[in-house]
Amino acid sequence: MNKRTFWVIVRKEVADYLHSWRFFILVGIIMLTCLGSLYTALSAISSSAAAADARIEFLFLRLFTVSNGTVPSFLSFITFLGPLLGIGLGFDAINSERNKGTLSRILAQPVPRDYVINAKFVAALAVIGTLFLALGLLVMGLGIIVTGIELSFEEFLRIISYLLMSLVYVAFWLNLAILFSVLFKQPATAALAGIAVWLFFSVFYNMIVELLGNALAPSEVTLESLLNYESIMMFLMRLSPSYLFGEVTTTLLYPTVNTLGSSILASQNEMFMIPDTPLSFLQSLLVSWPQLTAMIAATLICFAISYYIFMRQEIRSRS
Amino acid sequence: MVGTMEDPVITLSGLTKRYGELVAVDHLSLTINRGEIFGLLGPNGAGKSTTILMMLGLSEPSEGTANVCGVNPTREPILVKRKVGYLADDVGFYEDMNAVENLMFTARLNLIPDDEARKEADRLLEQVGLSEAKHKKVGTYSRGMRQRLGLADVLIKRPEVIILDEPTLGLDPEGVKELMQLIRRLSRQEGMTVLLSSHQLHQVQEVCDRVGLFVKGKLLAQGDVGSLAKQLFPDEKVEIRFRLSGSTDELMNQIRGLEQTIDLEFDAKTDEWVMHSHTDITHLVAELAVKNGARLLSLKQHDYGLDEIYLRYFEGGAA
Repeated sequence: MNKRTFWVIVRKEVADYLHSWRFFILVGIIMLTCLGSLYTALSAISSSAAAADARIEFLFLRLFTVSNGTVPSFLSFITFLGPLLGIGLGFDAINSERNKGTLSRILAQPVPRDYVINAKFVAALAVIGTLFLALGLLVMGLGIIVTGIELSFEEFLRIISYLLMSLVYVAFWLNLAILFSVLFKQPATAALAGIAVWLFFSVFYNMIVELLGNALAPSEVTLESLLNYESIMMFLMRLSPSYLFGEVTTTLLYPTVNTLGSSILASQNEMFMIPDTPLSFLQSLLVSWPQLTAMIAATLICFAISYYIFMRQEIRSRS
Repeated sequence: MVGTMEDPVITLSGLTKRYGELVAVDHLSLTINRGEIFGLLGPNGAGKSTTILMMLGLSEPSEGTANVCGVNPTREPILVKRKVGYLADDVGFYEDMNAVENLMFTARLNLIPDDEARKEADRLLEQVGLSEAKHKKVGTYSRGMRQRLGLADVLIKRPEVIILDEPTLGLDPEGVKELMQLIRRLSRQEGMTVLLSSHQLHQVQEVCDRVGLFVKGKLLAQGDVGSLAKQLFPDEKVEIRFRLSGSTDELMNQIRGLEQTIDLEFDAKTDEWVMHSHTDITHLVAELAVKNGARLLSLKQHDYGLDEIYLRYFEGGAA
């Protein structure tokens, strides 16, 4: 099959995004919040640096994680707004083309049907990827200029891979939105469904797990029952994509985090003779590898379902 | 008729499509020859669009096969779509692009080089009368303009066959006339085979070489409109109206005495004789008039069949 037609569609999709108001609104929100969080991070860093703690390792990474309490950090903003970006770009991918009658026109051309859905995904991902990269570099650049802190190569690697992870995370929500756009004929319904899932995981899921946790709490406190209880709770939390993403980013941006396992055991570092020194980049990546795999798998599952449904749908004009 | 009978471009044999219990298309067999304009006529919901989708490989037949330009569209949809242009009943364009950009996108999907496509787009837009509006966004176009743009969009890939699904839908009578003449002119000019579907019998019958009457998934009759009536209503009477000067009672009796005649009356309002017969005997009437020395001022056979067809299949319970 000729791949050129695929890139023709990708090109058109990217152009569509860049010409749309929606994209500018989303970018506006994210830019503003990032600059806001950068500002608070900078003020927090300078005050802590002034506190004479000269030997703060990986000070630069704090730009992404620290806040002075008024505005959340870059990290928590991306965790919170990333899904919105994915949903915002994907919720009308298929159904709006269908409603406008352009889908049947494209499919009447010599183009394999999967090119359409693949191109939509690739185009949205390319746009988001470029945006994140630009944003990350912008924050790094501003950080260097304002604080004068030197950026080590390892820090750079950690930040870039953090941006890549964010991309995977947003890709998950993007695929979920595309799935809804295949399922629901109305873009508004698809958008609402996407937002509902997002709200569920970012607001209600924690509460539900907490409630369950209260119910499941062991009656007698032994080390074993505590560990058992903790692993159940951890499993439940890890069903949420934002929790997984949180774990991945924590290991990448806090080099001293050396395990994502039991926090009870982790608090007993001295007992296990685990040194409290930062991990190397590769070690950090290894710690979060399972979480990363799970995130990619969730993304692929969403995509596979929408692909399957889309390939089997009958495309009539505007219906 | 331009096409020869020995050169079939579209062959459908026993084509059937079921949606659960509903049989949308019921063992349809049909042959359309090269260079022919074929009208697939039927009321709404007769299965015309479903048939067209199967010819394009956009829908799979439950039974039977289609062959379009020597290709089985179910097996090789991409190849068919390279040779066939399809205009959906409610064609959609990217509203925020202008006419040229929309055509260029289609051309790129068909791998036509840009400079060639630009020339072709200009030429086609000229032909369909959109030269003046070609840099306006399609969102501002009227229904008729969209339909004409749709025609240009279909033609830009230089198809062997064009399939038009309800091309006249939503157009005013003047627009219909223009569009039909445009279709006829373009198909003759480019030597293309045209299959068009419509539920408006009167509007399309004049440009079609042949029509097929398609009701409830079945092809009831095919041929030119005259023979269609004969096939459908073999017992129907023919109405003949003529005006004479110097008529005699003798002549009238002779006409009345013809074997085929059912009745003969004088219509004072139009100053015409109106007769009904079992078959078309206009030539016998003329012969008798001349033999009796009367002057035949006008003689016409009323097109009975078309109205009958329309009443029985299109407006009545079948629709």
